[in-house]
Amino acid sequence: MHAIVGAIPIENFPLVFGEVSLIDNEICIQGYRIPVNRGTPALLAAAVKAGEFLGLPAPYGYLVGDIGLGKGSRRLYEYLTRHLGESAFETIIFHYLQPDVHWHNRVLAALDERLQRPRLIADAGSMYAAKMSGQSFHYDLFTPDVGELAFLADEEAPHPFYTRGFILHEENRIPELIERSYAHKNAARHLLVKGERDYITNENGIQDIIDYPVEEAMEAIGGTGDTITGIVSALLSTGMEVIEAAGIAARTNRLAGYYAKPTPATQVLEILAHIPRALEEVLLQSKKEVPWEKDSSREIAQ
Amino acid sequence: MIRAERVLKAKGWEIRVMGPPPEIRSGCDLVIEIPLIEELNILRILQKDGVLPREVVPVASPLLRPVDLFHTKSIGRYLMVRAANMKLTIDRETATIVNVSGGGCPDVPYLAQEMVGKTIMEAPSPREIGHTLCGYALQLAYEEVTRQCMQ
Repeated sequence: MHAIVGAIPIENFPLVFGEVSLIDNEICIQGYRIPVNRGTPALLAAAVKAGEFLGLPAPYGYLVGDIGLGKGSRRLYEYLTRHLGESAFETIIFHYLQPDVHWHNRVLAALDERLQRPRLIADAGSMYAAKMSGQSFHYDLFTPDVGELAFLADEEAPHPFYTRGFILHEENRIPELIERSYAHKNAARHLLVKGERDYITNENGIQDIIDYPVEEAMEAIGGTGDTITGIVSALLSTGMEVIEAAGIAARTNRLAGYYAKPTPATQVLEILAHIPRALEEVLLQSKKEVPWEKDSSREIAQ
Repeated sequence: MIRAERVLKAKGWEIRVMGPPPEIRSGCDLVIEIPLIEELNILRILQKDGVLPREVVPVASPLLRPVDLFHTKSIGRYLMVRAANMKLTIDRETATIVNVSGGGCPDVPYLAQEMVGKTIMEAPSPREIGHTLCGYALQLAYEEVTRQCMQ
C-alpha cells in the first residue's frame, strides 16, 4: 500500500488521513470532498485511477490545508514525525508541502525508526526540501521538470528561483544537468525528468527516453507532472522496479494526454479520464505481466 | 514577504528581493535587502502594515539573485511564459489565463485556482495573494505576460 503526503489549496482545511477515493471527480477522504484541478489532488486522482485499473487497494492520504503560509505543512510534518515510524507503507510519496529543512529532516529520522525502509518518492516542494537538506540520496525517485532539474544541478541554489543563469534550463542540455545533479549528490537514486522527452536515469546514466506521443500543449497544463507521479506511485505499489514503473508511467501519461486532444487551455481532469485506457495499452505494448498475476498468492500489505 | 515588498515599494523605498545567505536559510525563504541604517524606519512601516520580518541580520557575503530569464513559447493562439520553475499561459485572443503549471510550494495550486479562467485584468496578481518563492516566480511570469499583452 502506498501513502501520499501533501497540501490542499484550502486555507482552513483540517489535517486528515485515511483511504482516498475519487467520486464525481472529487477526492474523498474522511468524509471531506476536494476538487481535483492540480497539485496533490491531481496526484491522488491519478493514483486512484491507475490503482483501480491495477486492482490495488486505495492509496492512503495524509493531507492538510496550506495556501503557502506554511502553517498547515508544519502541522502535517509534526504529525508525521509521531506516526510515520509505526506505519507499514511500502511506498511513500511526499508532494506539495512548504519546503522546510528542519521538519523534512525530522520526518526522515522518524522513517529511520522503521525496520524496513519504504520506497520514497519526492516531487514538488518535498523534492526542494530534500535537495536543500542534502539528503536526496535517501529517496528512490524524484520527478522534476526541466527547470527543477536545473535546480538539482546547481549545487548552490536553495530553490529553483535562484538557479544560476549559466545553468540553462534547455531540453538539449538535460544529459549534462543529470550528470551534474549526480556529481553533486543532489539527485535521488532515480530521476524521471518530465519534458518534451522524458528521461529516466540513475547514477549510472540515462536508462530510458520516452518521446512519443508528442503533445506540445501538455507543458502548459497544470497538473500533468502530478499525474505522472500518481501513476508511478501506483505502479511501484505492485512491486515493480523503479525504472520500469517510471517508464510505464511516462508513456501512460503521454498517451492519456494524446487521447484528451489537449490545447494549452485543457484542464488536467480531462486527461485523468484517459489514464486507465492508456495504462492498459502501455502495459500490453510492454508485454509485461503485472507482478501479482505471476504469483497470485502474493498479498499486498495493508 | 511578497506583501512586505509591496508595502515598502509603495512608500518609495528602493529595496531588492533576494535569496537568503546560507546561515539563515531554512526553506522556501526570501529576504528583502535594505540599507541597515534605515532599519528602524523600515521596521516601523512594516509594523504598521502587520508584516514584521522574522529577523533582521547584517550580511557581508553576496546574496543570491533571482533568475531573470524568461522563456516565451507560442502555441497557436496561446502564449506561455516561464519564469524559473513557473509557467503562465494565456489565450491571446481573450487575454484569459488558461493555465498555471510548474512550481512546488503550496501556494501554487491556490494561485492557479484563483487565477485560471479570469482575464489578466480581472485575476488577482500573485503579488497580492502569493506567499512563497514559487509565488514570486509566478509574479514575474505574470508581469512578463502583461507586458507582452500591452505591446
